[in-house]
Amino acid sequence: MTVTPKPSRSRLDAEPVSRRDWLGLTSLGVTAGALLFGLVGLLRLPKAAVLSSPSKKFRVALPEGLPAGEAFVPPGRAVAVFRDARGVHAISITCTHLGCLVKPTAAGFECPCHGSRFAADGSVTKGPAPRPLPWLKVSVSGSEVTIDEGTAVASGTKEV
Amino acid sequence: MRASPGGRAALAEFRANLKAAPRRLYESAFRSGAPTTDRSRSTFVFGNVFLHLHAVRTHRWSLRWTTTLGLGVMSASAFLITLVTGVMLMFYYKPSPDLAYQSIKDIHFVVPTGRLIRNIHRWAANVMVVAVILHMARAFYTSAYRSPREYNWLIGLLLLVVTLGLSFTGYLLPWDQLAYWAITIGANIAQSPRELTDALGVTGLFDPGGFQRLLLLGSDVVGQEALIRFYLLHVMILPLALAALAAVHFWRIRKDGGLTRPADADARLAREPAADTYPVFTEAPLRTYHLAAVVRGRTPAVNDGPEHTLPSMPHLFYAELGVLMLTLLVCVALALVSDAPLKELANPSVPENPAKAPWYFLGLQEMVAFSAFMGGMGIPLIVLLGLALIPFLDRETSATGEWWGGPGGWPLVKRSALVGLAAPVAIEAFAIRFGWLREWFPAIPQLVVTAVNPATLLTAAYAAYSVWCIRRHQSARAGALALFTCFLGGFVVLTAIGTYFRGPNWVFYWSPADWPTH
Ligand code: HEM
Ligand code: FES
Repeated sequence: MTVTPKPSRSRLDAEPVSRRDWLGLTSLGVTAGALLFGLVGLLRLPKAAVLSSPSKKFRVALPEGLPAGEAFVPPGRAVAVFRDARGVHAISITCTHLGCLVKPTAAGFECPCHGSRFAADGSVTKGPAPRPLPWLKVSVSGSEVTIDEGTAVASGTKEV
Repeated sequence: MRASPGGRAALAEFRANLKAAPRRLYESAFRSGAPTTDRSRSTFVFGNVFLHLHAVRTHRWSLRWTTTLGLGVMSASAFLITLVTGVMLMFYYKPSPDLAYQSIKDIHFVVPTGRLIRNIHRWAANVMVVAVILHMARAFYTSAYRSPREYNWLIGLLLLVVTLGLSFTGYLLPWDQLAYWAITIGANIAQSPRELTDALGVTGLFDPGGFQRLLLLGSDVVGQEALIRFYLLHVMILPLALAALAAVHFWRIRKDGGLTRPADADARLAREPAADTYPVFTEAPLRTYHLAAVVRGRTPAVNDGPEHTLPSMPHLFYAELGVLMLTLLVCVALALVSDAPLKELANPSVPENPAKAPWYFLGLQEMVAFSAFMGGMGIPLIVLLGLALIPFLDRETSATGEWWGGPGGWPLVKRSALVGLAAPVAIEAFAIRFGWLREWFPAIPQLVVTAVNPATLLTAAYAAYSVWCIRRHQSARAGALALFTCFLGGFVVLTAIGTYFRGPNWVFYWSPADWPTH
């Protein structure tokens, strides 16, 4: 086999990709692919399979003489529970805007953070909140009420 | 045993070596000796891995204080100060919801010098944010983003984002009421794309908002998972990212030919440095940088004599040291007169009222009070995108390196500042006085409120004004000047309203003295 001398080039010229570099380029590509593949797998790490959040379902006894239409907020829970002649219902008091806790008032609810106001049925009357406060699933047994913060029900649903 | 003559000689040599050891240690570390000649002043720079981010010689234009106002070095100095004080705080801080608050209290009240260190850390963080924003403004107003510096402008933007991220993550660590509710709000801003996906009814299928919040908090609630994530970001990931980006930023300045200077800078400088400038390069060859042949682009002084440069050691380094000392002085002085705040222990059942983020986020919070998504994500992203595009849209070359873009620029900046300040005042006054869409039409769809609110209208007004400036001045640079100035004005007004004029329930008050007591 004869080797034809290549025309001399300046050291500053780019070298053409020769056949020999094909192997090098392929292995570089494979390495990059493998690293990327591993990385994508690792990206699942930040999301735990089971979240460490407290249970969404809880049971609570309503106070004896809770007047109709008056809110009862179980300590440490972001829920307001109401009881009247037609039954019991619970409304989430986590503001649908940015998650502050709204305060039950005579007219409905009021958010301290950016001034959203909600009517007694949870619908937005003022401010930046994009959605009404959701009604939550309740089930009543005697004086005890079980509330599921994870399940929303249609506005107006009451349980006896 | 009798010592042989040979043994005595070896002992003498041993003693001499021992005596010479300190000097040899010194010489092995500092090979070129004291920087007293042109040659040793040069090796002083390029023989040191940290210093050689600088060029050996610095152009006299870069050394004028009106070129940079020292703001970049001030940002870097403030970062160094937070780094040192932050490591000291880590000796006592415990990242757990049960212990964090108490450990900050210990640092504040029990640990010797703890309060001072904590105050300096807090103040240096504030100084850093101010310095970075002003530094960006100076780079903008001297057109320093223009070719070949587009890339460094983008690195700068990343540095801005990381700086703000450091502040935000640090804010949660004390685990007091302020921290807890500011982070609750912040995490829900990350979730705010739901405002759109809910309105379109696709959240069940596609929920980037929920994903972002989960990524940040590691849970449904702000608790242990969130605290450890914020802690890790604050003490490790973001500082490392910032240090790496800063190294690229500094290196790039050198590779881009030093700092931006006007094309005729050489002619405008006095032919020789002032007579009392010492030392100047005396032995330097007329053509330096032999490597210039293989380095692409405009390297410093490829064809010029070195007469307009001075050795970086000492001229540049002493100036940098001066800025570092000044920054330290400012931070310590502020730390001595004003304590870092610490409210009551975080209480997830009682929102802080008003719940305010750190001051530089209060402009965002003001916009968020109209629409969570637009104010918290949409408009900030548009602003960042706009800033990133500036160097690619303004391809003009005239008056690069001049403050305000040369003659005619300053009146335009003044006029734009007026627009930038007046527009948000007017629009806020209207919204505060008359309310907004939801109050007039309670049944209005959320998408309309998201699209049309004071924050989006303000952005649109700024954009329209800038387009008008481009047409009127026949120059993209004029539009960029107008837009950047407007955004600075908007930032100032919204931040001021959020800081001074918003009280409980985010209601407008002329003064905190009028706040109702609760
Ligand atoms: C942690 C943040 C930052 C640090 C520590 C930093 C540091 C520096 C330093 C020390 C300089 C040398 C000139 C001077 O002192 O002004 C510089 C130049 C520069 N910086 Fe930054 N910077 C930061 C953020 C930014 C940001 C946010 C931008 C813009 C978006 C930016 C854009 C630039 C540009 C374009 C230059 C070149 C200036 C010229 O050529 O005149 N930097 N930076
Ligand atoms: S969190 Fe309720 S209005 Fe913003």
